[in-house]
Amino acid sequence: MTSPADTADAATGLSAIWRDERLRGIAIQIGVILAFFACAFWLIGNVVANFTSLNKSFGFSFLWELPAGYDINQTLIPYNNADTHLRAAVVGLINTGLVAAIGIVLATLFGFVLGVLRLSNNWLASRLAYWYIEFTRNVPILLHILLWHGIIINTLPHPRQALALGDSAFLSNRGFYVPRPVFGDAFWVTVLAFAAAIAGVILLRRWAKQRQAETGRQTPVGWISLAIIAGLPLAAFAVTGAPLSFEIPKFQGFNFQGGLYLLPELVALTFALSIYTSAFIAEIVRGGISAVHKGQREASESLGLRPGKIMSLVILPQALRVIVPPLTSQYLNLTKNSSLAIAIGYMDLVATLGGITLNQTGREMESMILVMLIYLILSLMIAAFMNWYNQRIKFVER
Amino acid sequence: MKLASFATAAILGAVYATTAQAATLDDVRAKGKMNCIINTGLPGFAAPDDKGRWTGFDVDFCRAVAAATLGNANKAGFVTATGKTRFTKLRSGEGEVLSRNTTWTFSRDNDLQLTFIGTSYYDGQGFMIPKKLGVKSAKGLGGASVCIQTGTTTELNLADFFKSNGMKYNPVPIETNAEARENYLAGRCDVYTTDASGLAATKAAFDKPGDHLVLPEIISKEPLGPAVRQGDDQWADIVRWTLFAMITAEELGITSKNVKDIAAKGSKNPEINRLLGREPLQGREALGLSKDWAVFVISQVGNYGEVFERNLGPKTALGIARGVNALWGNGGLMYSPPFR
Repeated sequence: MTSPADTADAATGLSAIWRDERLRGIAIQIGVILAFFACAFWLIGNVVANFTSLNKSFGFSFLWELPAGYDINQTLIPYNNADTHLRAAVVGLINTGLVAAIGIVLATLFGFVLGVLRLSNNWLASRLAYWYIEFTRNVPILLHILLWHGIIINTLPHPRQALALGDSAFLSNRGFYVPRPVFGDAFWVTVLAFAAAIAGVILLRRWAKQRQAETGRQTPVGWISLAIIAGLPLAAFAVTGAPLSFEIPKFQGFNFQGGLYLLPELVALTFALSIYTSAFIAEIVRGGISAVHKGQREASESLGLRPGKIMSLVILPQALRVIVPPLTSQYLNLTKNSSLAIAIGYMDLVATLGGITLNQTGREMESMILVMLIYLILSLMIAAFMNWYNQRIKFVER
Repeated sequence: MKLASFATAAILGAVYATTAQAATLDDVRAKGKMNCIINTGLPGFAAPDDKGRWTGFDVDFCRAVAAATLGNANKAGFVTATGKTRFTKLRSGEGEVLSRNTTWTFSRDNDLQLTFIGTSYYDGQGFMIPKKLGVKSAKGLGGASVCIQTGTTTELNLADFFKSNGMKYNPVPIETNAEARENYLAGRCDVYTTDASGLAATKAAFDKPGDHLVLPEIISKEPLGPAVRQGDDQWADIVRWTLFAMITAEELGITSKNVKDIAAKGSKNPEINRLLGREPLQGREALGLSKDWAVFVISQVGNYGEVFERNLGPKTALGIARGVNALWGNGGLMYSPPFR
């Protein structure tokens, strides 16, 4: 017959460690770390062994030593097929950035409008928003992309029969063509006037705020700002003799020549990404607004504020604190989802560096490491910006 | 200390696991299956028929290698790959032979560590365009939108062709032949460019093939051939001589119909006897092939001419003439070293 005290005495060092909660925790952590490093070492060792047996070297010199040799259909910086793979990768990265930037702006706009509509007292508006959100966010993003691309290339006419909007803009299944602005010599004056107008508006707002704080009198800041921002550059533009002309796209041979144009792939991808992400953002916005205590609204109403003012001055600033952190992850999702561009042949980073360059040079490991690293850096940059913004709007305790 | 020794053991283990690979032929025999990397779908070269069975010129070559090594053409397995994934798939061992209308180039042979075993089809890059656009020559394609498969030699040829002719174009990058077809028919691009055989194959599958025209210019040399991983010379030789056996069989008039008869009765021509295993063929055993290997290939798959006629020839939807792919005696380029 053994008593509990006997068992404890008989315990060896090992089981003593196991029964001590703190030591047990440390032991498990050491075990996990060891297992992690073993896995990592095994993977790296395997790669090294496979590279040796294939007689392959590891290095990034192919990026600047070899000419890319392929053409890219959307280049925001000068590029031709004699440039290096590195430049081709940069062209791809810029294309990724373009889609992500437009996508984030559109998704935020759609998302906020939808989120507010979803809470609307108007039965039809809130139901429509509800169905829209449920439909879009429950269909995989790849299908959205293929759907929009399919719609554009199959339903819009050939450039020969392009739908003309006025005489200068055209819709076709090869893209959307708009006139290209050609800036004259004196155009910089207009740009300068625009910058001055913005600075003026900022000063005006500061003054108006101070005035309201001191005297309680409000200034119609919105209208005055609009007048300054529109008026000053226009005046400068007129005074300098309208130094701006437009290059109108013209159908010639196979395609429209001249003008600016948006590739159908760019339009389909941006549209699909922003529509899909806006549904998630709408839910985040709705959640954020609902999180503001209803007493806040009632208090604002009793002060006599109008519904629009209540939303913009009382509800939204408080809701933003709840909205911004999950919004950040939606922005990250949108940026990363843009790599699905490959499904419709939009030449983003994955299609250039992670696709054609990888294939033409046979450097899978290097290209993939670079692509992953670049996406990581992009995501960290977006996250850093959003964290900064979050700090700014955080509740300041007095 | 403990960590370091553990890591060393892990690395050594990994090195051991990868270097202890047996020769490809032994692997194939042990598995009883010969895996082949083929196109995701290109009529005439690799496409499933109405029963879901892979057929085509490239597919038949895979069956021939399976017949030579395993004695049974049906022991060939098929792994599909896009233009982009094919080399990675071969090198990572998903298949033993790459038979996917792949152009033999210097860089692929040397930089990508492949061994091309010969040319099974001499091809060249062409352009297809709807007749209603009224273009008669590739020189008139300036400003056109061109559908192009990414990760191919055609992509680079295209850039060179337009540059050397001082013309501009808008590339429309595409992953697979099926996607190219959709974009071309929807009018997203004016022109589709790929190997002339691929154009014939794609066009044959259109609802109205007569509305489209393959332009007369061939802008590149595209010697298409099977490739294997570099480093196993025995396996490369087996695949190479399987192709030569099929070409020689056509040259000597041995077909899938008469091969069994000839093998049973023997022939007055000693080369036929050597090929079909009735007389000794020095080096065959060193290569690890059975006496009947060529009989298996020819009886189960056919000679080169039969395979060509069955998949690509004038009686098929593709209707490609032998042209440069005829035997050297008939004015073509198909030439096999002797079986001696």
